[in-house]
Amino acid sequence: MGSGNRKKFDNPIVEWVDSRLPVFTLMNKEYGVFPTPKNFNYLWNFGAIAMVMLITMIITGITLAMHYVPHVDHAFDSVERIMRDVNYGWMIRYLHANGASFFFIAVYIHIFRGMYYGSYKQPRELLWMLGVVIFLLLMATAFIGYVLPWGQMSFWGATVITNLFSAIPFVGDSIVTLLWGGFSVDNPTLNRFFALHYLLPFVIFAVVFLHVWALHVAGSNNPLGIEPKGEQDTLPFNPYYTMKDTFGVLVFLIVYVAFAFFMPNDLGHPDNYIPADPLVTPAHIVPEWYFLPFYAILRAVTFDIGIPFTDITIITAKLGGVLAMFGSIALLFVLPFLDKHPVRSAVFRPWFRIALFALVIATFLLGMAGGKPAEGIWLYVSQFCSVYYFGFFLAIIPFLNKYEPVEKLPPSINDAVLDKNIKANAYFYAGKVK
Amino acid sequence: MKKILLFTLLGLVAVTPAYAAGDAPVPPHQDWSFNGYNGTFDKGSLQRGYQVYKQVCSACHGMKRISFRNLAALGYSEEEVKALAAEYTVMDGPNDEGEMFERPARPSDAFPSPYPNDETARYANNGALPPDLSLIVKARPHGADYIYGLLTGYEEHHGEEELPAGQYWNKYMAGHKIAMAPPLSDDMVPYEDETVTTTEQYSKDVTSFLAWAAEPELEERKRIGVKVILFLIAFAGVMLAVKRKIWASMH
Ligand code: HEC
Ligand code: HEM
Repeated sequence: MGSGNRKKFDNPIVEWVDSRLPVFTLMNKEYGVFPTPKNFNYLWNFGAIAMVMLITMIITGITLAMHYVPHVDHAFDSVERIMRDVNYGWMIRYLHANGASFFFIAVYIHIFRGMYYGSYKQPRELLWMLGVVIFLLLMATAFIGYVLPWGQMSFWGATVITNLFSAIPFVGDSIVTLLWGGFSVDNPTLNRFFALHYLLPFVIFAVVFLHVWALHVAGSNNPLGIEPKGEQDTLPFNPYYTMKDTFGVLVFLIVYVAFAFFMPNDLGHPDNYIPADPLVTPAHIVPEWYFLPFYAILRAVTFDIGIPFTDITIITAKLGGVLAMFGSIALLFVLPFLDKHPVRSAVFRPWFRIALFALVIATFLLGMAGGKPAEGIWLYVSQFCSVYYFGFFLAIIPFLNKYEPVEKLPPSINDAVLDKNIKANAYFYAGKVK
Repeated sequence: MKKILLFTLLGLVAVTPAYAAGDAPVPPHQDWSFNGYNGTFDKGSLQRGYQVYKQVCSACHGMKRISFRNLAALGYSEEEVKALAAEYTVMDGPNDEGEMFERPARPSDAFPSPYPNDETARYANNGALPPDLSLIVKARPHGADYIYGLLTGYEEHHGEEELPAGQYWNKYMAGHKIAMAPPLSDDMVPYEDETVTTTEQYSKDVTSFLAWAAEPELEERKRIGVKVILFLIAFAGVMLAVKRKIWASMH
């Protein structure tokens, strides 16, 4: 890493360190002169934004952990003490609680960017799959974190979600007992959740490192989805993208901070300000908003799956829901192997573009359905959208592999940048370079 | 994977249990002084609200997360806070001889709760538990608007079936049945200033007080928030200019 042909630094201290451990050479290679396509649009900011959110969560989280007490009798009170008596404790906690939401917003946009521009395709399959691993770890971390304040939704959300594992044949009940550390969500659960909530962000950090490493091997994709052919197509990362990323991060932070300071509880649920009570079930148990699409898929399976015209059940509704929920993420994981169409970017794939926008709409509708009781019209909405979600990956993509025409691509990024026609026609191409 | 697609088509449909959804209407929006990006609490209203809480609600509801010292935020002086605390006696101890003893409350003490435990509280209230009010505004959808709606929302019973004994009809309570008798009525608490002594005014004042209790940091939070946002906007503006300049020189 960074050794081999090393250029000397002028600063003697930097040179002394670098000749022994070439961290400065590494940073310069990966973030200084790193050749980056010159036609990024603002959707390329969200990787840096997600990184900033991860660091924000770790800093605020460790500060909270200095005052938080992971015990069923004290957890809620300790969070309230943070809110009332710790200096700026309310700020730290609101930044952490809203930070989770904005971390998900950044990651969802980042994932959409990857899908739209075909960033998951060869040679970036592993990079994409590491991204899906980060997404899963993030969901686990956020779910577990939401249990810590030990309000009503913490407790009942934990009960409902951990109970899902009991649907797994043979080993399900043992898994649930292991998660709980007993026979219900109780003090041992809270203790192990706190330990895991402290651990997982650092695991995420490690996987992010691999993710970025893989990125720097393959290089970045870009809105045209064609590889840079030479220097005329790229720019050094610094200062062009360091400055653009900083600007993008700041705009994102403005929105985030507006929530944390002016509407700190709008993204949360009021029931979580009621201390957990195992004897009182809330009227509606709903997870945090960022889980709602998956929660809707989970609850869309309301029927047992059996052999038609017999009474034999192969998959109970509960297991079916769990499989569908995890399946929906597994499909993201294997997307690079499902989509074999040679063109990367949706800018040049009008059919795929329509299907993907429909997927975004379906996901929004699933999110809305997930927040409502699973009955009436919303149940049908979630079932219909779930079918579309799976259909997108398992039917539409294979169909497009075969039938979507392969458009003629621009000869190079530089040519496209100079060619007014491509800019005029392109959806989401916006790679504006004067 | 094809199986997943298959089972959505071939599965046998079972019925999901339906929830009983609460059908309470959305409480009307009130014009609170603490609304908006620069809202602040009306100290006069908070003091009156504290008076209403003390003389009415505290008979049944505790506010264990609030200490007397916090009342300084309502505009009381140190001496006044001491005097307000001293109106209560609290149990302390054990002393050197191992005995528990009673003493007047100090500013550092939390508000005393009216019942020693939840069981006593339920027993005294027809089996219903009067919740601690420290966080009630944050613990209900629509926050302060709901609490105000609830306190002013008692009406003649509308439903078909008889209300069980000890239940009252309230427009905004989920399910419309509440086990709290209308706690307020006109002229029940004498105000020291000129403010009218109506149920609506009491409700407004006590709700403001409860909103402060749930979010004592609100004023400071908004004040800092405005500064943080202005700073970020300025910083982002500078970065946009820098970015433009750098990119302009690129070809
Ligand atoms: C005589 C005892 C008593 C008094 C006095 C009293 N309450 Fe209550 N309160 C109750 C009980 C009992 C409940 C529980 C009602 C239920 O769960 O049906 C309750 C519930 C509440 C609730 C929660 C309603 C909900 O959404 O669950 C609020 C808010 C409330 N009271 C506010 C007040 C305020 C403000 C006052 C003073 C103006 C007050 N109460 C005075 C007994 C009382
Ligand atoms: C990936 C990064 C992280 C995410 C997504 C995350 C998410 C969350 C969420 C959603 C909550 C519940 C907030 C609430 O409603 O009150 C929470 C609470 C908490 N988190 Fe994190 N967290 C992260 C990192 C960390 C880290 C590194 C620590 C350090 C130990 C930490 C410590 C805590 C503590 C102590 C609480 C309980 C206090 C509270 O509820 O406010 N978190 N976290």
